[in-house]
Amino acid sequence: MTSKPFTGSDSLLRSLEHEGVEIIFGVPGGAILPAYDPLLSSPIRHVLARHEQGAGHMAEGYAQATGRVGVAMATSGPGATNLITPLQNALMDSTPLVAITGQVPTGSIGSDAFQEAYTTGLAMHCTKHSYLVANADEIPDIVHEAFHLASTGRPGPVLIDVPKDVLNSPTEWREPTLAGLPGYKPTKSGHPMQIKSAIDLIESAERPVLYVGGGVIKAGAHEELLAFAEAANAPVVTTLMARGVFPDTHRLALGMPGMHGVYTATTAIQQSDVLVSVAARFDDRVTGRVDAFAPGAQVIHIDVDPAEIGKVRKAEIPIVGDARAVLDAMNAELGKRRSPEEAPERKPWFDQLATWQEEKPLSYDQTPEGPIKAQYFIERLHSLTGGDALVAAGVGQHQMWVSQFWEFSRPRSWINSGGLGTMGFALPAAIGVKAARPDELVFALDGDGCFQMTCQEMITAATENIPVKVVVFNNGGYGMVKQWQNLFYGGRLSAVELSSDTPDYPQLAEAMGAVGMRVEHPSEVDPAIDKALSISDTPVLIEVVVDPEEMCFPMVPAGGSNDQIVMGPEDL
Amino acid sequence: MQHTLTVLVENKPGVLARVSAMFSNRGFNIHSLAVGPTHQEGRSRITLVVDAPELEQLKKQLHKLVNVIKVQELAPEVALEREVMIARISCNPASRGQVRDTASLFEARVIDLSSSSITFELAGTPEHLGTFLDHISPYGIVDLVKSGRIALRKESELTPTMSAGSSA
Repeated sequence: MTSKPFTGSDSLLRSLEHEGVEIIFGVPGGAILPAYDPLLSSPIRHVLARHEQGAGHMAEGYAQATGRVGVAMATSGPGATNLITPLQNALMDSTPLVAITGQVPTGSIGSDAFQEAYTTGLAMHCTKHSYLVANADEIPDIVHEAFHLASTGRPGPVLIDVPKDVLNSPTEWREPTLAGLPGYKPTKSGHPMQIKSAIDLIESAERPVLYVGGGVIKAGAHEELLAFAEAANAPVVTTLMARGVFPDTHRLALGMPGMHGVYTATTAIQQSDVLVSVAARFDDRVTGRVDAFAPGAQVIHIDVDPAEIGKVRKAEIPIVGDARAVLDAMNAELGKRRSPEEAPERKPWFDQLATWQEEKPLSYDQTPEGPIKAQYFIERLHSLTGGDALVAAGVGQHQMWVSQFWEFSRPRSWINSGGLGTMGFALPAAIGVKAARPDELVFALDGDGCFQMTCQEMITAATENIPVKVVVFNNGGYGMVKQWQNLFYGGRLSAVELSSDTPDYPQLAEAMGAVGMRVEHPSEVDPAIDKALSISDTPVLIEVVVDPEEMCFPMVPAGGSNDQIVMGPEDL
Repeated sequence: MQHTLTVLVENKPGVLARVSAMFSNRGFNIHSLAVGPTHQEGRSRITLVVDAPELEQLKKQLHKLVNVIKVQELAPEVALEREVMIARISCNPASRGQVRDTASLFEARVIDLSSSSITFELAGTPEHLGTFLDHISPYGIVDLVKSGRIALRKESELTPTMSAGSSA
């Protein structure tokens, strides 16, 4: 018997093992077939998703929950095109991801072969970088470069497209290098003079705000942030991508700013005299109308990506660097000047913030007889779990409510689609989270519209033994779109009503191998959560029938100024 | 406003597409483009002339492309800029002499000849080529091709007087 030659596929798996990959989320197919054979003898776990989009979001969930690079694998053509949404999602949320796609054999490229798509061309605009492998000998270096690019600087998705003949051709594996990246040199530490100037400005500020973005989580800088906020005595707002990086119970925490942000967080930015943006990107959902955003603030902008600086808002003090390195340097600079106890008191500012918090809190109205408000369920879930869970959300009203009402206490406990706003993200992302951190309690908090977009991944959760818990807030429609039609289109509801009783969610869950429950009355909420928490070996779905008329507030209408926050329908 | 950018890149498949897509994605028109290898192995230089209101963000976005090594904007006063042109000018035996005389003032070289046309090659600054066209177009341009502009940063204060293709 002759031994099987070492091929491109073997080299690919060996390279992935070399990068420390534990799990690949994927779906096989013709062109990627050769790579699935050595997978059988690899220590890498393969989680078989039911759709490549699901595989991609699982890899994103894995990456967001761990900080490690998530890996998704798919075949050519439709496999690759189905990965486009997660790639763009990962690009916009700076999630480290490596996607590996099969491609038709080199000689067939460009011939409209079966399952051919111009994958690297499609990926050009939704990845940090992409590769088409021309020769199996390149595989170790390309994989190593891809992981390096995905995880350093501003993290993001990288795609490796491998033609089938390359996977099949004999090759050798060798220790990879990064010699092939002469132009890639992300700046790590901030400029010392700029850091000094930033501290000067913050120390002299009367109304400073630390505007903290998701990059702080990526940089692993939550401890440095806490130390800096306390030493500087400056309040902290955390963007949607940053929820959890700063404990919500902290005296300096103001919560999330922006379109559906906490009044005090949004208004504190508006009234600030010094705005310190730490790895945030002045997203339109945060700024509202840009020319009316924080009009009196001098801006210190810290970001690892130089292209973010000045993109939306001019920065008086730009600092290019990794959030952790820069905050570390800022802490050191501050420490040289005085002790934390000598921080400026800023009493008028903190009194003002306290007044806003008192007068304009987040609120909702839960009557004992129902209908259930999603906000109430979220608060009960937080209470009954002690907040000790990792939560993923889809996109829309429910996402905003989780972000508003879940009291976050640690980084990487909030997994969501911020930039792209991808409905259907929650369930597959939660599967990736649970696969990465099996000892944690993992919830997908989803809407009915979102759930229907990727619900088949419940089968993945059941068959791969990844016991996530799914909450479907069923308001029988696309709640956020309906809210806009109610507020801005005179209540003319167009294509927003889904059926409230089709599908039957508990039955659907049961059919897919999960335990299904339905709660319709506030009194049923706690028992259902208790029951869900008592099941640890299978996925669980709780359908929560919620008020279909509930709207999400506060709200800054799109394109409006953040000075005009609508606290409820009565303000419109 | 037109800006000249010189971009040092890795000579790899797809790099030109990434660079040009970066401009088209943001709605900016590339006025001229030239690309070719440099003296360093594996390095190419792309010279772009683009219409854009400001370049700072574009330069940063170009830098984000992994295969881009260096990006420089060349302001007109520090740029050595050249273009090459091949122009086919309509003429008959009677007008041929006049056409040739005009062209020779610009040091344009004849590279093809027929009974109805004469074809010139000409290299020089964009302004030089423009002036040539102003003078030659009355005879009738049959066809014309221009290379993209190429450019390097000036090192010397003397360079302006050494401009190639000058008619002086």
